[in-house]
Order: sequence, then C-alpha cells, then structure tokens
Amino acid sequence: MSTQTPVRGHYASEDPLWVKVVVVTLVALFLTLLLILPLVTVFSEALKRGVGPALEALGTYDAVSAIKLTLTAAAIAVPLNAVFGVCAAWAIAKHEFPGKSILISLIDLPFSVSPVVAGLIYVLVFGAQGWFGEFLLEHDWRIIFALPGIVLATIFVTFPFVARELIPLMQAQGAAEEEAAVSMGAGGLTTFWRVTAPNIRLGLLYGVLLCNARAMGEFGAVSVVSGHIRGLTDTMPLHVEILYNEYDFVGAFAVAGLLCLLALLTLVAKTVLEMLHPGVKTRSAH
Amino acid sequence: MTVQTADRRGSASGAAARTSRHRSSWRRRRSAIPGFGLTLGVTMALLSLIVLIPLTAVAIKAASLSPADFARVAFSERAMLAYRLSFGAAFVAAIINGVFGLLTAWVLARYKFPGKAFIDGLVDLPFALPTAVAGIALASLYAPNGWLGAPLAKIGVTAAYNPLGVVIALTFIGLPFVVRTVEPVIAHLAADVEEASASLGASRLSTLMRVILPALAPAWLTGFALAFARGIGEYGSVIFIAGNKPYISEIAPLLIVIQLEQFEHAGAAAIALVMLVASFVLLLAINGIQAWARRFQA
Repeated sequence: MSTQTPVRGHYASEDPLWVKVVVVTLVALFLTLLLILPLVTVFSEALKRGVGPALEALGTYDAVSAIKLTLTAAAIAVPLNAVFGVCAAWAIAKHEFPGKSILISLIDLPFSVSPVVAGLIYVLVFGAQGWFGEFLLEHDWRIIFALPGIVLATIFVTFPFVARELIPLMQAQGAAEEEAAVSMGAGGLTTFWRVTAPNIRLGLLYGVLLCNARAMGEFGAVSVVSGHIRGLTDTMPLHVEILYNEYDFVGAFAVAGLLCLLALLTLVAKTVLEMLHPGVKTRSAH
Repeated sequence: MTVQTADRRGSASGAAARTSRHRSSWRRRRSAIPGFGLTLGVTMALLSLIVLIPLTAVAIKAASLSPADFARVAFSERAMLAYRLSFGAAFVAAIINGVFGLLTAWVLARYKFPGKAFIDGLVDLPFALPTAVAGIALASLYAPNGWLGAPLAKIGVTAAYNPLGVVIALTFIGLPFVVRTVEPVIAHLAADVEEASASLGASRLSTLMRVILPALAPAWLTGFALAFARGIGEYGSVIFIAGNKPYISEIAPLLIVIQLEQFEHAGAAAIALVMLVASFVLLLAINGIQAWARRFQA
C-alpha cells in the first residue's frame, strides 16, 4: 500500500493526503445526512408558505403562552441549577471527604435516567394517587399538571449540567489561592466573590449556556408532568408536538424553527467562548 | 453561621488536622477553606429532595404489585418486544456512532481543513437541539414522501414508522457522546509513539491497528456506552419517526407513558424499574471502563 513509506517531508504521524481527503469527505457526508439536513428541513417546512404564515403561527395565543411558560420554567430552573452547581463544586473540589466519588456519581445520575422516568417520579410523589396527592388536593395546591411540576422535571433533567462543568475546572485550579485569601483573614463569602468567582466565571457561563438549552428544550420529562393543557401548561416543545399531531406542519415547524435558532445561538456562543478561552472546555461528554 | 464555625475550625487546627489525617484516613481531611458544611449541606439537600427520594418512589410503587402482577406488566410480550427494540436500536445506533464518531473525532483532532470550526460546532447540535424538534425534522425527512424517505422508498427501504427510524433518531442523539469522549484522547496521543512505530518499520496501517486503536479503546468504549445508555431512555426524538406500532416499533419509554395515560401508575413504575436497573448496570459498566482506563494510562 502507498501508506508504507511516508512521503518525504511528512511526519510519520501524519496521514497521506488521499486518506485525509477520503476520511474528511466521509465525515462531511455523514454529518450532512445526520445533522444538516434535519436543520434545513425545519426551516424549509416552516417557510413552506412564506414568512407570513410562520410568523402568524408564532403569534397565536397558544404559541405566545407556550413561549412564556418555557421562559418562566427556564428562569426558575437554570439559576437554581447554577447555585447547586457552585455549591457542589465548592464542596467537592475544595475539600476532601469520604464518599466523594459516590457523591459525584449520584450527581451524574439524572443523565442515565430516561426523561420519561424523570417525569414519572414526580407523578408518583405529587400526583393525585401519589404520596402527597391527598394533602395537595386538600390545600388546593397543584404541582402536577402545573408550573411547579414542569419546573421540577426541568431541574431533574438538567441537574448535573453546571456541577459537571465546575467540578473538574475547580479541581484543576486547586485550593491554593483560596487558602492564601483565608490565611490573610478573608471570610468565606469574600474569598468566594473576590478569588473563586473571577476564576470560574467562564466555566459557569459555559455550564449555564448548555443547561439553558436543555431546560428550554426538554420534552419527555415535561410531557409526562404537564398534562398538555393548551395555553396553560404547554411548553414550546410540547406545543410543537400538538401542532404536528394536528397536521399543522407550518405551525409546528415555525415553533420548532424558533427552538432551532435558540440551539444555534447556544452553539455559536459556546464556540466563541471556546475560541476565546480554550481552557473552558473541561468536560468530555454530556 | 456554618461558615464561621468551619472557618475557625479550619484556620486554627491546620497542624492538628494533618496529624489526624494520618491517624484516621477515613475522616475528611480538614481544609483551611470555609463553607464546607454549608455547601455540602445544600448539595445533599437538593440532591436528596429532587433526585434521590423521588427516585425511590419508582421502587416503592412497583413493590405494591404482587410478583405475578409485576411480571405480567413488566415482562409481557409487548413489554419484552419494546425492551428489545429500545436496547437493540440503541446498540446498533451506538455502533454506527462508534465508527463515524471515531472518524469525526480523528478529523477534528488531527486534520486542518476549511470548515473545520463549523463541523466542530455542529457536532454538539444534538446536545443543544430540543429532542422534539429533532424528532419532527427526522420524521418528515424520512417519511415516504420526504427528501430522503422518497429515494429510500424507491429502493424498497421503509425508514420512518419502522424500527429503522428508531435507529436513525438514536444515531442523531448519540453522535456527540462518542466524538467528545474520543477527541481529547486522540489530541493527547503522543506523536512520538507513532513515529517510533513507523521508524521501527511498521506501516501506517499496522501503526493504526497496533498502536493507535488500542490506546483509544477505553475512551471509545466509554463513548459507546454513554451513547448506548442515552439511546435506551430516549423519547422525544424517537416517538415521531417510530410510528409507535405495538409489538413492532414501540419503544420502552413510550410504554411507561401509555401506562400513565391509563392511570396504571404501578404498571408504569414496574416498567420504569426495569429500565432504571438496566441504566444502573450500564452506569456501573461505564465507571468500570473509566477506572480501567485510568489504570491503563498510568
């Protein structure tokens, strides 16, 4: 084979040009089929009858209230996740204690639970037949088929996002700077705001970005707890499903297009963040 | 208040902590940094309230069934076929991602070519795109009258509303897991090892087979297992393209939803329990692979 002797001037670890061309072409073809075509489909279906009908679909009462609900749920779930992530990373990265690796595995647990099961557990706890069903009914508090359930399910599926981003970052940074601050008399909060926060700012932003994308896009878990009440407990992804099942394809793909734009915006922001600060990309997967 | 106590304890007893660390290694090592009690408390409280305690509800609810009833729901013919589809399609999709994800990771880590930054950003699309959006896009793409479905139908392949559709959706969902797990390992693979192999007379192909691929194996297996695990539980991207025909193209998470819609909460919990146990086994396997990989690298 022509690969046996490297061409003069090439490193032995470099592949011959024809291999490069073949592999890059294969990858480009695969990614076009798998990723780009679906993206193009969303926008072409949304604009099939022009911009007008697509915008009209986004302006209906149901669509607007779905957008509002999605933004509300994310506005509650994402900051809560950020607080949790910072706390977990502070305890895990800056301190030593027994059972640490078990705790890290437990934080990762929601990633390996099916979204449908994530929704189911809250139905079992707060639903009419659930642990607190009667209590909630007596006090006329709604969790399932209402905003609190949607927020809970969203928090569950996004639970590890910020923590996973910050733990390796803060572990790599070590505790020396904080120890110096404390030894010079700084209190806990001062140390955090003046020393740690500037160091983890970008990592936190990165985690929040991905957390937000997932929070606004979650379907399975939210679908189980929402009850699909139009204009009331329908989030944007659920609204997409309803319109699609009613054969309102322009409407479904218009809302989907809006979610697509959110995803693309997230990817661009993430890429820019990675280019400006190469160290920010700490996690390997998820 | 917790912060202050931890602070005092931390700064006053640095030396004492060091000796006690030797005496009893099971105890947490005292750090000078305050806030341990508070942050660990918040972490444990949220973890327990939102994740751990609600998850036990699945086991408790499933236990309310008699063993016979549990088996009737969780291991019915329809359920078994759904598990087979969920696990089988996730496995096939993970294999496809194992091949093309490895190639993509290789290209991103090793080659320079126009449009590389675009591809790099694009790979994470399945993480960022809501699953329902992916679902309806794939469904209309592979439907019999879709851009890809129509040519496939001509050669007699039905992609949408068939198990093949499930594989396509799960391939979409799983791709970044393999790429993002393998890519950093390729980037850190020492070039001198390959050069040594070449200078000792190995062809590029045998360097690839004997030197590079074995070094990538642990990361590749981890990525494969992550993609597989995600595929088993996936719901949103699958239900639109699957067609959801009982016994044929019905995935296991959908069975849980169907049970719930019929207010059969115990039945839903029984199927969920089977899936949870499978996920935990996979999670253990992934942790095992990663522990093995660390030893392998050391």
